[in-house]
Amino acid sequence: MIQVIDDKKVHLSNFDRFAIQEGVGHPWLEKLRRDAIARFDLVGFPSRKTEAWRFTNIDPIIRTPFKLGDLEGSDDGSSTAKHFTFGRDAAVELVFVNGRYVSALSKHGKLPRGAKVISIAAALETDGEVIEKHLGKYAAIEENAFVALNTGFVGDGAFIHLPRGTTIDGAIHLIFISTAGDEPTVSHPRVLVVAEDNVEATVVESYVGSGSGVYFTNAVTEFVTGTDCRIDHCKLQQESLTAYHVATMQVDLGRQSRFISHAATIGGKLTRNDLNVKMNGERADATLNGLVIIGGDQHCDNHTLLHHEKANCPSHELYKHVLSGRATCVFKGQIFVQKDAQKTDSKQSSKSLLLSDDAYMNSQPALEIYADDVKCTHGSTIGPVDEDAVFYLRSRGVGLEAARHLLTYAFAADVTRRMRVAPVRRRLEDFMAAQHGLPQDLRITDLGSHDEKAR
Amino acid sequence: MKDAESKMALLEVTNLHARIAVPGGREILKGLNLTINAGEVHAIMGKNGSGKSTLCGVLAGRETFEVTQGSVLFDGKDLFEMSAEERAREGMFLGFQYPVEIPGVSTSYFLKAAVNAIRKHRGEEELDAMAFLTLVKDKMKMLEMDPSFMNRAVNEGFSGGEKKRNEVFQMAVINPRLGLLDETDSGLDVDALRTISHGINKLHEADPKQAVLLVTHYQRMLDYVVPDVVHVMIDGRIVKTGDKELAVKLDTEGYDWVEAEMQTAI
Repeated sequence: MIQVIDDKKVHLSNFDRFAIQEGVGHPWLEKLRRDAIARFDLVGFPSRKTEAWRFTNIDPIIRTPFKLGDLEGSDDGSSTAKHFTFGRDAAVELVFVNGRYVSALSKHGKLPRGAKVISIAAALETDGEVIEKHLGKYAAIEENAFVALNTGFVGDGAFIHLPRGTTIDGAIHLIFISTAGDEPTVSHPRVLVVAEDNVEATVVESYVGSGSGVYFTNAVTEFVTGTDCRIDHCKLQQESLTAYHVATMQVDLGRQSRFISHAATIGGKLTRNDLNVKMNGERADATLNGLVIIGGDQHCDNHTLLHHEKANCPSHELYKHVLSGRATCVFKGQIFVQKDAQKTDSKQSSKSLLLSDDAYMNSQPALEIYADDVKCTHGSTIGPVDEDAVFYLRSRGVGLEAARHLLTYAFAADVTRRMRVAPVRRRLEDFMAAQHGLPQDLRITDLGSHDEKAR
Repeated sequence: MKDAESKMALLEVTNLHARIAVPGGREILKGLNLTINAGEVHAIMGKNGSGKSTLCGVLAGRETFEVTQGSVLFDGKDLFEMSAEERAREGMFLGFQYPVEIPGVSTSYFLKAAVNAIRKHRGEEELDAMAFLTLVKDKMKMLEMDPSFMNRAVNEGFSGGEKKRNEVFQMAVINPRLGLLDETDSGLDVDALRTISHGINKLHEADPKQAVLLVTHYQRMLDYVVPDVVHVMIDGRIVKTGDKELAVKLDTEGYDWVEAEMQTAI
């Protein structure tokens, strides 16, 4: 006899409890949530028959009875917050524990006039109109069941509003901490960033965990810019090794706005990232760089979509993967060039280092081009450490193991050296150095002196 | 310059046979004999495909070759008992014909790691950043190198000439007992050739016990770095040995006469 499990039930009953408690008094928000959860109920979780999920088995997520995370546990997240804080490097730092904003752990710096970095819950009271105008308008619930699920639980999260002409020195840092106990928990972190024209800012999202319990982070970030913005975005995913992490980031770029993204995955048992960038104005410029360092039984699936809507937009993409143990990894790089997007100049590169025979990499470029005057290139390499380089180092007296470690570090440092957010770069390089028995704070290359124009 | 003490055999190659390390791999070295004493400069000349680079690879421990017969003693020790890095730490240096680019690793980090691995092996204290800087500064000047070079990734984006200069620079910093220079002269313009040769001579003056094996097609480098012994290599063997006049003769007359001599000998 086959037992049919209603895999959505857990989340639908979480929703029923949630809907009674939260967000009363904002009919539009209630409708947004109900529509989203109805959508999730309709389509359910994707299966491996869905093309976009072919290489990622989400059964463990479907089968686990997650209860909605709260602040009741014995771990209040403060020691984790302390570990991951940017300290002085942050202009503002919002800390969320199990999906809930914790003011006491956050840093409330002074921001330029009109700029806001607050929790969505608070913003609903003060900036309801801006939120209503933008929330849920970019990350479509029709596209992705996880987005629908997340949207059903919107209530808390981070709201960043940067009015025209805002320049912020220092990073806006959002830390999402999960403190998993005995019972599996889920949180649905939500971020909305609205940058008007001519804004310069750095936004960092850190997703981290403490404890050895099982938890599921289902995050959605919406990021919209006006014209002439300069945005640096970093995402550090260092969840516990028992965690599931699914995240969608939707970026809408206005004319001549430049968006630089660095996304690093070094934690999590199962990770799926969808990073979609829509270039909605001419001469918008997107750089998507990624670094995955996983081992053991970890799995990471990065889907990126660069959507060229308008003419004269350059885009650059470099994703690097370092896989050891039985780690499996997917990179799917979609580039979509609309017929009006003439003079698109897009370069994509995926490079993977396999440190063991059992590691597995699946790299797929997917270019869909409807304009006739474009330049799109893509390349992908997968292989072990370059033995010629190893021999070169050994012939100078460097030991075999040390040579392999050094070359692996250098492979990954090619991504970190491009990062302009120092605390993230430092954290990653220290993590890498520790993995390879190399000294902490090691600087084996210098961005400034490097030949290649790193971007 | 060569006193009695430095005249001990530093490298002793006896009946060396080696092939490409793949199933059914072709034999390239076919019974090669070579003795190099401390302080001597040797040159091996030969046509393409005669096995010169294979000899360098086998001596340095490149795993793409398999030794099937023969022995090599380096300062009395069995070379084939040592890994590539141990050979380097014992004082062997290979200047690559095609130096490898290592993106992401600066020349300064790379060289410091190398120098300290060797020092550690010898039971010497590792150099700190300051001491290392002092060491390299002189050598950079000697080889007319731009200081910015130390911060660049090893060989990345270098011209052929820059790469070769970098090889000799590394040899200068590491100061090996035996430097194998595999076609270090190819791809160099006259000025670069002169600078590099000058560097090799300076090293030799500073350490008269240092031995050098120059592998080359052409005699032109030997105008600057004058060899004590010149060998001719044909088909995996050293078939003729002479002094520097042999190199001149090869350069003007080619290898046909050597091959003819071999035929007569048979």
